[in-house]
Order: sequence, then structure tokens, then C-alpha cells
Amino acid sequence: MANRTIRVDYLARVEGEGALDLRIQNGRVTSARLKIFEPPRLFEALLRGRGFAEAPDITARICGICPVAYQMSAVHAMEDALGITVGGQLRALRRLLYCGEWIESHALHIVMLHAPDFLGYPDGIQMARDHGSAVRGGLALKKVGNELLRLLGGREIHPVNVRVGGFYRVPSRAAFGPVAEALKQARDLAVATLRWVAQFPFPELERDYEFVAMRHPDEYPIDEGRIVSSRGLDIAVADYPSEFEERHVAHSTALHSVLKQRGSYLVGPLARYSLNADRLPAELRALAAECGLGPTCRNPFRSIIVRAVELVYVVEEALRLIAAYEPPDAPFVPVEPRAGIGHGCTEAPRGILYHRYVLAEDGTIREACIVPPTSQNQLSIEEDLCAVATDAIDLPDNALRDRCEQAIRNYDPCISCACHFLRLAVHRE
Amino acid sequence: MAPKRRPRLAVWKFASCDGCQLSLLDCEDELLAVAEAVEIANFPEASSAMANGPYDLSLVEGSITTAHDAARIQQVRRWSKVLVTIGACATAGGIQALRNFADVQEFVAAVYASPHYIRTLATSTAISAHVKVDYELHGCPINKAQLLEVLSAFLAGRRPAIAAHSVCFDCKLRGNVCIMVQGTPCLGPVTHSGCGAICPSYNRGCYGCYGPMEQPNTAALAAEWQRLGASRRDIHRVFRTFAAAAEPFRQESDAHGE
Repeated sequence: MANRTIRVDYLARVEGEGALDLRIQNGRVTSARLKIFEPPRLFEALLRGRGFAEAPDITARICGICPVAYQMSAVHAMEDALGITVGGQLRALRRLLYCGEWIESHALHIVMLHAPDFLGYPDGIQMARDHGSAVRGGLALKKVGNELLRLLGGREIHPVNVRVGGFYRVPSRAAFGPVAEALKQARDLAVATLRWVAQFPFPELERDYEFVAMRHPDEYPIDEGRIVSSRGLDIAVADYPSEFEERHVAHSTALHSVLKQRGSYLVGPLARYSLNADRLPAELRALAAECGLGPTCRNPFRSIIVRAVELVYVVEEALRLIAAYEPPDAPFVPVEPRAGIGHGCTEAPRGILYHRYVLAEDGTIREACIVPPTSQNQLSIEEDLCAVATDAIDLPDNALRDRCEQAIRNYDPCISCACHFLRLAVHRE
Repeated sequence: MAPKRRPRLAVWKFASCDGCQLSLLDCEDELLAVAEAVEIANFPEASSAMANGPYDLSLVEGSITTAHDAARIQQVRRWSKVLVTIGACATAGGIQALRNFADVQEFVAAVYASPHYIRTLATSTAISAHVKVDYELHGCPINKAQLLEVLSAFLAGRRPAIAAHSVCFDCKLRGNVCIMVQGTPCLGPVTHSGCGAICPSYNRGCYGCYGPMEQPNTAALAAEWQRLGASRRDIHRVFRTFAAAAEPFRQESDAHGE
């Protein structure tokens, strides 16, 4: 048994097409690779020559699960390039739209994609036979998120109402009545989901990540803030390219996003929570503590609890934003094209999503650069796989493979997003 | 009476954003009932249980952009009694079909530092360019109510009741005041219905994400756009977006090219 190769040819319950390849020699893990075979769609190339106003709709198509994240990072980058600021209720509505996407995406991942790993089911549908109320609760939460997306965006997937400068149409106060009622019930469902996932059995694993997330002076980060890390990074969004780069590593043809100074880092719920737990309401912090979460969390398997805490947060935040809503005077801030460079970064459900555009004088896109969360996490995913496989090396192949797949699903990876930005090779044996 | 065998459903992904297959998971109220009515035999985005074919109904998302996928779709066809394509990528090549109008090697070099690692075809093509397709459901993304109708219809052995008229028709049904009349250029008159006319309902011109309706008069609409102040480039771009490779839209964008 000197050499073992563990492979998963098609990862399930992740968004996109990926595979896992783990090599073990003489009882030691020698390589762990997340292979991405998603066909590239070349967005950064096809955006060149398009108008600045088209970026939110075109980049939304990078990901059907987090289109709002793409739209938000795109509009922030364009507004930066064009020298305008969107504040007040327009900004609040954007945050509210983003809450809808977080609710939808987190509920989907927690209940339908991730929980089955802990309870030993192939999917949420089969899990529903034994855990009916948890699955129905998760679907009900997901539905509320989608209702919010539909109200503000026109539809759940690839919303049509977002534009550079704001929205095409803004809702009346009364329009929020039904969704606000649904959100009140959703809050109880989210708390129940949190309590449910908190008692799952979790493999022991503590990883020494450098967490990277956004940080806002007084809010839990979603749509605005600086980029900070657990090792002292604290920069404006525009400084992203000077601190981060995409780099080839010797063992892989896939490009990994790294911190130039220190290498791998982690984005997403664990990073956001560990850097911003103090921005959560005290009541929710107490609930998190009751569910066994300290102010930081370094066990990637426990990310499902952190996602559930965030799920409670965004339901409450959506209710707060709706209660404070007053329709703005105009649905958007007027924009005029000009030459410029703009940067945008927001917190997609899976972690920070960075966009940079260079515009010509008439607003035509000259260059586009998009760095999605999953390509930033790829190196951490592979390091997790090494650690997980090393700890579980005595398990039989099938059990080891399941554990490794679960380690990848901890990230809720979005491979359709990542692939356009990874240098990937066709693997030839 | 012996219990009736449940029809076997498979969901396949090619080059795409996953949004159209997500539409099935977005049927929050119906999902568990659907899973009772059919055996979900292969749906990797939702389940790690993947059963071999044959399948009674395959839903195919995404376009063909690699040699590997061109071979894989042949296999999917062989396994599938009925094959339905879902969404703009599968029915028209999607936004990634913009490569069809460019030099794909130049595109690859613009994104990837080591372009020689990338194996991709010069074009992004619809599934129907490769295999026989039994039904096409349009949209970027598809409408989940229409998806449920397609599922129900094929399970019952009938044609789906999906309207083939333009977005204009749906706008009238919603009681919208025409936004073209108010001066906003709109692709509604030439675009396949199905979205529910959401853009005009949000004070925005339709941008054609459901692709061309049958026999659209794109030239007349382009002339109307010009009258409303749209430039040649605006018209070129709007027809060359999410259904760029669909023939009527391709022709109209070409007519307004450089």
C-alpha cells in the first residue's frame, strides 16, 4: 500500500465542474489538487469593447448563484472610474438586494448542499425524508431570499433592475409589506437552522489561515468597506492590485491568488466572521456563543455554523433596512462617461469579489480584471485537503474520499466563477 | 397493480453559469413534489448520487466550447430518450458566443498568461448544432414556471404549452404603458416571450435575453431605435449580447457593425 491515489472525477453539490486528485506515498500526502475542468468562457476578453453600462448585466452571467455580487462589484468599480458616489437610500436598497442573495445562497448551501455531508445523505431531497422540517425550513428561507431579489431586481437569477448609478425603478414603501412579513417568519427559521447545524458532528481541524475580508466602520461587511486581514493588512479597495496577485505555483498549472507578502489566504464566511464578529448585534453574538462559536473560527468544517449565523444576520438586516426605507427622490444618480480606472470589491456569499476596469473617454471598456472568491481560496482549499487527508489517512479510500469532498464543499466553491480566471491545463496522464 | 416506474431525470451542464439548472432548485414549493414524481438520476449540482443512463428526460444547460464537450453531448444524447435544452447558452451559444466574432486565440491570450494550456474551440455553439434536440426552452435565465411546464408536459407525453410570441404581448397583458412610446429603446417587439416583460415593468428597455421570437422584424425595430436616438454601435451591441449567435440577432448586429 505504498502508493494510493484517491480521485473524485466529478465533484457533486458544488457549482460548476471540478475534480479532486490526491496522492499518497508511503503514508504521506504528497499532493492534493482541486482540478477545474469547467470550460473557460473568457469574460475578461469579451468585456473589452463593451459599454461601461453593460458590465453589471454581462458579468452577472459569470455566476447564476451570485449574480448580484457581480453586479454590485461591477457598479462600484464603474462608479469609482466615473467619479460618482451612490449613498443614502439607493445604497441601502443595494445592500437589501444583496441581503436577498445572501439569504438565497446561504440557505441553499447550508441545507441542500452542505448539511447532507454531516448527516450521511447524497442530497437534501433524500435527507428530507428524515429531516423534513429542516429541509422545508431551508427551502422556505431560500424562497424569502428569492422574493426579495424578485421585488428589487425583477427576477431571482440575473436581476434586471441594477444599473451604474442605482436602479431603473425603486419600490414604494408599501411594496415591501408581504416580503417583510415573510422575513419575520424567516428569522425564526434561520435561528432554528443555526441551532440544527450547530449540533452536527464536526471533524477536528484548526487551520492557521490568514483571513481576508472587508471591514466597515460600523456594519457587518457586505457591500462596502476596506480590505483587511488577520495579519495586519488594512487597505482601500483600489490598493488590491498592489497587495494581491495571481501566480503560477510549481506543482500546478492552475493560477492561485496570493498575498504578495505572505502567500495563501482565506476569504468567505470564516474570514468575514472572524474579522467582524464585533460588528454583529450583541444578541446574535450571544446566540453564536450559545451555538459553540467563539469570536473566531478556524475549523473549515464549522463554516456551516458561521453561514447560519450570517443567515440570521442578513434576515435581520433586511428587516432593519426595510423598516428604515424611504423612497429616494430619483432611482439613480446620473452618470457621464469619461476615461478612468475603477476598482470595486464587495462580499459575495463566498468571499470578496474584486473588479477593475479601464475605461476609454466614451465609456468603452478597454480592460477588465475580475477576481472571484473561489480563485482566491483555491490555494487554501488545497492546503485544507492536505491537512484533512493527513489527519484521516488511516480511513479506507471511500471514507477518505468522502472526507476530502466534504473539505471542498466547506467552501461552497463556485467553480463556474473561478474557471475564467484560472490558468488551467487539460490534464494528460 | 404494480407501482409505476418513475421516469428518470438527468441534468447536464456544459459551458454556462449554472443559473438555469439552479432554476430547478429555485422551485422551492415544488422541488420535493418533483422529486416524488421523477427519479432524479443525475443532477450533480444537487446530489452526489449519480446513476447511469438511460434517462427518460435530460435537461441540458450550457453551450459547446471544447472538443471534450462536443464528444460528451453525443453520449448524453445516446443515453436520453428526450433531450430538452434550457437557457440561452444551450439554445444559442450564450454570452460566450461573442468569441465567434473574434479571434479566440487572442481572447484566450487576453485572459490567460499561458494560452497554450487552454484547449477551447473557436466557437461557442448551441446544443442543436451537435445533436437532435427535442425541445428548446429559451431565456437567460429560463423562467422556472416554464421549466415546470416543460417537465410536466414531457412526463405526460404532450408538447409544452409555451407561448412563442414577443415580449410586447406580455407587456400588454401586464398593462404596461409602452416604454418605446415614452422614448426608451426596447427589444421587446423582436424578443421571445417568457420572462414576463420584467424590464419594461422596471422602466427599462428589454435587452433581448430570451433571444429572437419566431420571424422577428429586427430591421424595422432597428430603424425605430435610430429614430429614438440610438447609435449604430448601441444597436450593434444590444443585438450582440446574450443571444448573439442566434441568426436574426446575428444578422441585425452585423448590419450595424463597424
